[in-house]
Amino acid sequence: MQVGSGTLSLGHDLVAALFGRAATQAGGGFWMPVQGSTGAAAVDRIFDLILWIAVFFFVLIVGLMVLFVVRYRRREGREDAEKSASHNTALEITWTVIPILIVIAIFAWGFKAYLDMNVAPANSYEVLVTGQKWKWLFTYANGHVDENLHVPVDVPVRLVMTSEDVIHGFYIPAFRLKRDVVPGRYVRIWFRAVKTGEYQIYCTQYCGTGHSDMWAKVVVHEPGGFERWLQEASDFLKNMPPAEAGERLYRTRGCAQCHTVNGAVGTGPTLSKLFGHQVALEGGKTVVADENYVRESILEPQAKMVLGFQPVMPTFKGHLTDQEITAIIEYLKTLE
Amino acid sequence: MATNDPVFGAGGLGAGQNALGGDNYLSHGHGLKSWLLTLDHKRIGVMYLVSILASFFLGGIFALLIRTKLLTPGSSALMDANTYNQMFTLHGAVMIFLFIIPGIPAALGNFVLPLMLGAKDVAFPRLNLASYYMWVAGALLALLSIATGAVDTGWTFYTPYSTTTNASVITMVAGVFVLGFSSIFTGLNFVVSIHKLRPEGMSWFRMPLFLWGLYGTAIIQIMATPVLGITLLLLIAERALGVGIFDPSLGGDPILFQHFFWFYSHPAVYIMILPAMGVISELVSVFSRKHIFGYTFIALSSIAIAVISFLVWGHHMFVAGQSNLASMIFSALTFMVAIPSAVKVFNWVATMYKGSIWLATPMLYVLSFLFLFGIGGLTGLFLGALAVDVHLHDTYFVVAHFHYVMFGGTVIAFLGGLHYWWPKMFGRMYSELWGRVGALLVFVGFNTTFFTQFVMGSHGAPRRSYHYLPEFQTYHQLSTIGSYLLGMGFLVIAVNLVHALFRGRPAPANPWGGATLEWRTSSPPPHDNFAATPVAGDPYDVEAWAFDRQLGGFVPRAGGSGS
Repeated sequence: MQVGSGTLSLGHDLVAALFGRAATQAGGGFWMPVQGSTGAAAVDRIFDLILWIAVFFFVLIVGLMVLFVVRYRRREGREDAEKSASHNTALEITWTVIPILIVIAIFAWGFKAYLDMNVAPANSYEVLVTGQKWKWLFTYANGHVDENLHVPVDVPVRLVMTSEDVIHGFYIPAFRLKRDVVPGRYVRIWFRAVKTGEYQIYCTQYCGTGHSDMWAKVVVHEPGGFERWLQEASDFLKNMPPAEAGERLYRTRGCAQCHTVNGAVGTGPTLSKLFGHQVALEGGKTVVADENYVRESILEPQAKMVLGFQPVMPTFKGHLTDQEITAIIEYLKTLE
Repeated sequence: MATNDPVFGAGGLGAGQNALGGDNYLSHGHGLKSWLLTLDHKRIGVMYLVSILASFFLGGIFALLIRTKLLTPGSSALMDANTYNQMFTLHGAVMIFLFIIPGIPAALGNFVLPLMLGAKDVAFPRLNLASYYMWVAGALLALLSIATGAVDTGWTFYTPYSTTTNASVITMVAGVFVLGFSSIFTGLNFVVSIHKLRPEGMSWFRMPLFLWGLYGTAIIQIMATPVLGITLLLLIAERALGVGIFDPSLGGDPILFQHFFWFYSHPAVYIMILPAMGVISELVSVFSRKHIFGYTFIALSSIAIAVISFLVWGHHMFVAGQSNLASMIFSALTFMVAIPSAVKVFNWVATMYKGSIWLATPMLYVLSFLFLFGIGGLTGLFLGALAVDVHLHDTYFVVAHFHYVMFGGTVIAFLGGLHYWWPKMFGRMYSELWGRVGALLVFVGFNTTFFTQFVMGSHGAPRRSYHYLPEFQTYHQLSTIGSYLLGMGFLVIAVNLVHALFRGRPAPANPWGGATLEWRTSSPPPHDNFAATPVAGDPYDVEAWAFDRQLGGFVPRAGGSGS
């Protein structure tokens, strides 16, 4: 995480801010986080321009206001206003027209950069993004699913995004990139990362209890590194012992958002000391948590509701393969 | 008592008249019933004032609780994530629907509008009382929703989240629906009153600018609020009956809700700010002791804002997935709505030029307004520019921006207006010293609270977040300290104003030297407002009034054109 390392050096940054540089330092500026993509530099240039304009008008308005207060303050011998015009059409038209011209310019800059942001180059590498309460899933061309977004540096990447439930907002501050992810439709955005490293991903469209936990990382790999990572990550079921692979699936497929492994109660029951134990269900029955129970709970979560919990878990049918479910079961067996 | 006063008219009240001991609207009729069933716009205004201030207090408590939680980035013993989500929803809903939309029009406007018109009451006094009771009913429904589980959708009720979360959404939405009628009734009343009740001498362009502001507001209230009502009914229909309108799993379109919602809620922003601009126009002239500069431009800019405000709703949806063409048009129109606001600001500053600037409490709020609304307006430029908005949308930058406009603009103007008309409403002066201390505390506290949020937001901190990254903690803590200062400022203001009710110096009829008609009757005004219908002159001829030391108020200048 490189964003905003200079939080405490406000004084120094204030100077930078007054000179209207959004983000020139490696760690980001007073206003903006580090520039991680080609689009970021374009946005920051416009931000700087608007900042200059805003500072100019603010100083003009407040400066005149303060000047008038000091000069024309009501005091002994100055009970009345001086004679002055109560309107001046030429002046008023001037200060209507000049701002119009300025905002037209700002509009044009903003619109042009927005179009660039929306039109992906034809040779972009594509990753499927799924938003779901309360996690992001990234699906790669070979079918691998990951909890973080891994991309190669200097390659245009197109994200095809959709949501499984409510509207989420996909946001990478370092890339100045944001788009709402809407259920029932696909949206596309793209970027070209310019620097290797890790950057923060947020959800920006309020989506309920875990909204502010819906975080992920973009990992930008050096050339060649991305392919190596993808190969390794995709083969984890083959390369790892099943229990370790299951632990990884537990982390990456969103189980951890609701089920703890330390005994604490979350949105769902804890997975600690679950396997092989009696589970009390809604309706008074109990069941032993064996392989079949776990499998059913993953594929048909509402079939047997654990006492005291809401039926909010989505089905993982089609999201997890049999091999993956087996790995998760092996992991649960280790949580004794 | 003067019987044939050049300004107050034949049989009118003397210039220095304080009516506390005699007949006034407060002493006219006793007992609870005389208040609850009153048709007097002044009493309805006062009831509205008490009610919306109670709402403001409640919304403020929610805000302070939120800010206290945000002192630390992780989970907090003070509240869990669900409670936090309910808190910011209630803060937003209470502040917007219960406080700021009715704030200036229904409380100050109700009291002042008929007086400024030299009229006995609004055009439809019974509708006015009905409006108040609709507000009460809506407020009760909103409170009931807290008891039935509390809404956690944010004040925007975005679908499909709002159709899938807990059921108290229906109660809250029904409350907002009813509040909409309250707003429509007030708007209707004001439009008709301004058209039909203007006195002799008050042509459209000799109308006080506060009335222009209220007129623009009323148009929006009448035209936009029904759309909100229909949208909320559709939302209830979807939730209760499973009709697929917004929820994609039922075949609906969630973005459609956003279009409908913002078609009302963006113009609603101008329902909030236009009357505030009207207040500032009055105050800046009176406390500069000088005629307002560029009356016609200010008046017409209110109408321009009211019209253009209907055409900019799409700027809330630049990242929601509307087409590039739609975004382009909405961005362009958004910049156009900035122009009339800028024109007003320039005119207000120009009004101060060569004036005799009296730094009484209401004027401090004017200066505060120009500073804060300046920042609020200029930061809108960042958000109107499409590419930059993509980065800033749904971050704390937006939170800071709309607080600078809504709080730095509307609430500050409301406070200015409240201090300006307080002596007229209750016949007593408050302590100038404490009035200024309150204004200063609010100014400092406000900037500490919200300026930090601009920086946090441009660094990418998302709004509506219970957890945040530790790197933002310094900003959050500063912001929270600011909010406590702000709370103290409001405490000082409240104590000062309430103290004035009991111990304040009796107010003269015209303590500030205003030239609008409400200053030509006693403080507080009699039940019928004026003994004889006044003839209106130039509402900004404040120089026709001179300060009378003995009286502690203003009297018509000898030989001046006071009427």
